[in-house]
Amino acid sequence: MSILITKDTRFIVQGITGREAVNLTRENLAYGAKIIGGVTPGRAGRDVYGVPVYDTVAAIVAKHGTPDGAVVCVPPRFTKDAVFEALENGVKLIVVVTENIPRREVAQMVELAQLRGARIIGPNCLGIISPEEAKMGGVGGPAANTRQAYKKGPIGVMSRSGGMTTEIASTLTAAGLGQSTCVSIGGDAIVGTTYAELMPLFEADRETKAIAIYSEPGGRMEAELAEWVKANRSRLPIVAFMAGRFMDEMRGMRFGHAGTIVEGKEDTTAEKIARMEAAGISVAERIEEIPALIRKRLAEQGVEV
Amino acid sequence: MRFYEYESKALFRKCGLPLGKGRVVNGADEARNAAAEIGGPVVVKSQVLSGGRMKAGAVQFADTPSEAAKKFAQVLPIVVKGEQARCVLVEEKSRVAKEYFASVTWDGRRKLPVLLVSDMGGIDIEEVAEQHPDHLSRTHFSTILPLSERVAKEAIAAVGVSGDDLVRLTPIVFQLMQLFLDFDLTLAEINPLAKLENGKFLVLDGHVDMEAEARGTHKALLAELGIGEDETRQARPPTPFELEAARMNAADHRGIAGNVVEFDGNLGLVIGAGGGSLTLFDAVRKHGGKPANYCEIGGNPSVAKARNLTRLLLGKPGVEKIAVMMNVVSNTRVDIVARGVIAGCLDAGKDPADVIAIFRIPGSWEEEGFKILRKYGVDYCDRSVSMYEAAGRAVAKLKASH
Repeated sequence: MSILITKDTRFIVQGITGREAVNLTRENLAYGAKIIGGVTPGRAGRDVYGVPVYDTVAAIVAKHGTPDGAVVCVPPRFTKDAVFEALENGVKLIVVVTENIPRREVAQMVELAQLRGARIIGPNCLGIISPEEAKMGGVGGPAANTRQAYKKGPIGVMSRSGGMTTEIASTLTAAGLGQSTCVSIGGDAIVGTTYAELMPLFEADRETKAIAIYSEPGGRMEAELAEWVKANRSRLPIVAFMAGRFMDEMRGMRFGHAGTIVEGKEDTTAEKIARMEAAGISVAERIEEIPALIRKRLAEQGVEV
Repeated sequence: MRFYEYESKALFRKCGLPLGKGRVVNGADEARNAAAEIGGPVVVKSQVLSGGRMKAGAVQFADTPSEAAKKFAQVLPIVVKGEQARCVLVEEKSRVAKEYFASVTWDGRRKLPVLLVSDMGGIDIEEVAEQHPDHLSRTHFSTILPLSERVAKEAIAAVGVSGDDLVRLTPIVFQLMQLFLDFDLTLAEINPLAKLENGKFLVLDGHVDMEAEARGTHKALLAELGIGEDETRQARPPTPFELEAARMNAADHRGIAGNVVEFDGNLGLVIGAGGGSLTLFDAVRKHGGKPANYCEIGGNPSVAKARNLTRLLLGKPGVEKIAVMMNVVSNTRVDIVARGVIAGCLDAGKDPADVIAIFRIPGSWEEEGFKILRKYGVDYCDRSVSMYEAAGRAVAKLKASH
């Protein structure tokens, strides 16, 4: 099994005729995704690798029924409107690829999504992949590269970095540990779905046996995860990798993603590592330590992978 | 992006918040004239981005115009936490009866803006939160429902404020909430928000941060405030090296080869992308290496972009070798980066085989990339060598060359 998407997930691509979206569509189709339509206003009647283009999400719904998901790949100033359009047409899973969206607009998208009972992944993310099933977003790149890095298996992956999602999956794959679902959750200060909000889904997926996460300075997401793990007595061992340790000494400087800045003590990697370890999360010093740490934690539970 | 106090106040004034008379001055004569114009006692405040001005002696009081001129000369040269004053603000001194605190910021966990109000203004709000939690209210508010004064009223009433004070504070706090959202701020704070002896309310000190992503949306405001486009307002101002890198990155829209931050080491880094760069920078330091810079490449940069960045790094005094490293790439093409860095080395008059300590970018088009690297004799590795190990190889090679 997997979380969020399977090979049967029918989704759309908003902004489908843009350069990046065209690539994403080709790569997703080649990996087996069911893309039922795309939206670019004024371009109805065209197609992108056989995917019909419409002017509105409503037109797709009228023709094909409500899609399960949408990938939003439009320029920053149109993104909020595109997400609202998907939400108001009943789409329940929205992957927002676009970066450089001000927090106010991200908050607006998230608030409306909550009102509509929908979930947003991102923004500033590469999307979701359930290996050997389907992917939704740019994660993994061309299908051949994606197949090389990602294999089906028992590890759930969550990452604040799109590129590091693939690095971690590739490392797990090389060590013989496949993945159930990998989610690039986005690098912004506010994201639609945090680690802690994905945990119940992985928890409910019987095939997921352990979790690997990539984290970095800034924000409260790791603290939230630590609290969730403690409060819910999670069955899933978690191994975290923490990047950007050098930033602890560099307050007020922004590196990497928009959400990566050390403003207060809680933003530092030292503080995050301490909180996670106190909650029983193992923290790896290097990416290549993740597989062995996962095996060790599972062995303690009597699980062999 | 942090605003100076005088810029924050210009924004507050524009939005109708109550402010005392004041003027930004750059010379002692100007300070004297400003004080004369204001009339009566004044406050002379150094304009720096960091806190701790009061402690550093960079805020002074003056009763007469000539005293104001003297205080100006005293305050201007004071360095606050390594920061030189940009200018000085001369403001009327107010007779304060009581100090309040109001602030709006983002709560990343609730994913909503949060309004903080306290009737114990003027002091550090963290201290109030810890020692007098009942004197601090936290109220989240919607970003999609119409903004309502009710939220401000409830937040103020929650710390026990009633009567005239509640009625007069409500529109001020409401205005703060409004401008927080309207101008894409990440912090809008008034501390202290003073009640004067005559019963009037006044913003005595304020602090505003704008989201970097929103700069484009608020160009008119930034121009009005005189904030230049190359002012990053980070913890330290950008160096000429960083500005040159930013200029090169902006000149070509294909991909990113930028976000360069200067360090003083001898190993130039061509690294990516967002998370990969953080990981690799840590790894180089862990091995005892001394990075000459931080940077990010990604989003499939053009050959020219990778080439320019490489040439710039190799031209930096003290840089002996460069390491070209990324996580497994899917969008960026290995061969394009390889072509770019080799051309950059040749531009700089260096032998790529000698000056590139390691090339570790696995992923899309890697076979083509590795072929080019082999041709020039560059040491490279694929994904079987971890990011950490690759960084170690680069550091070891640099040490061995000494």
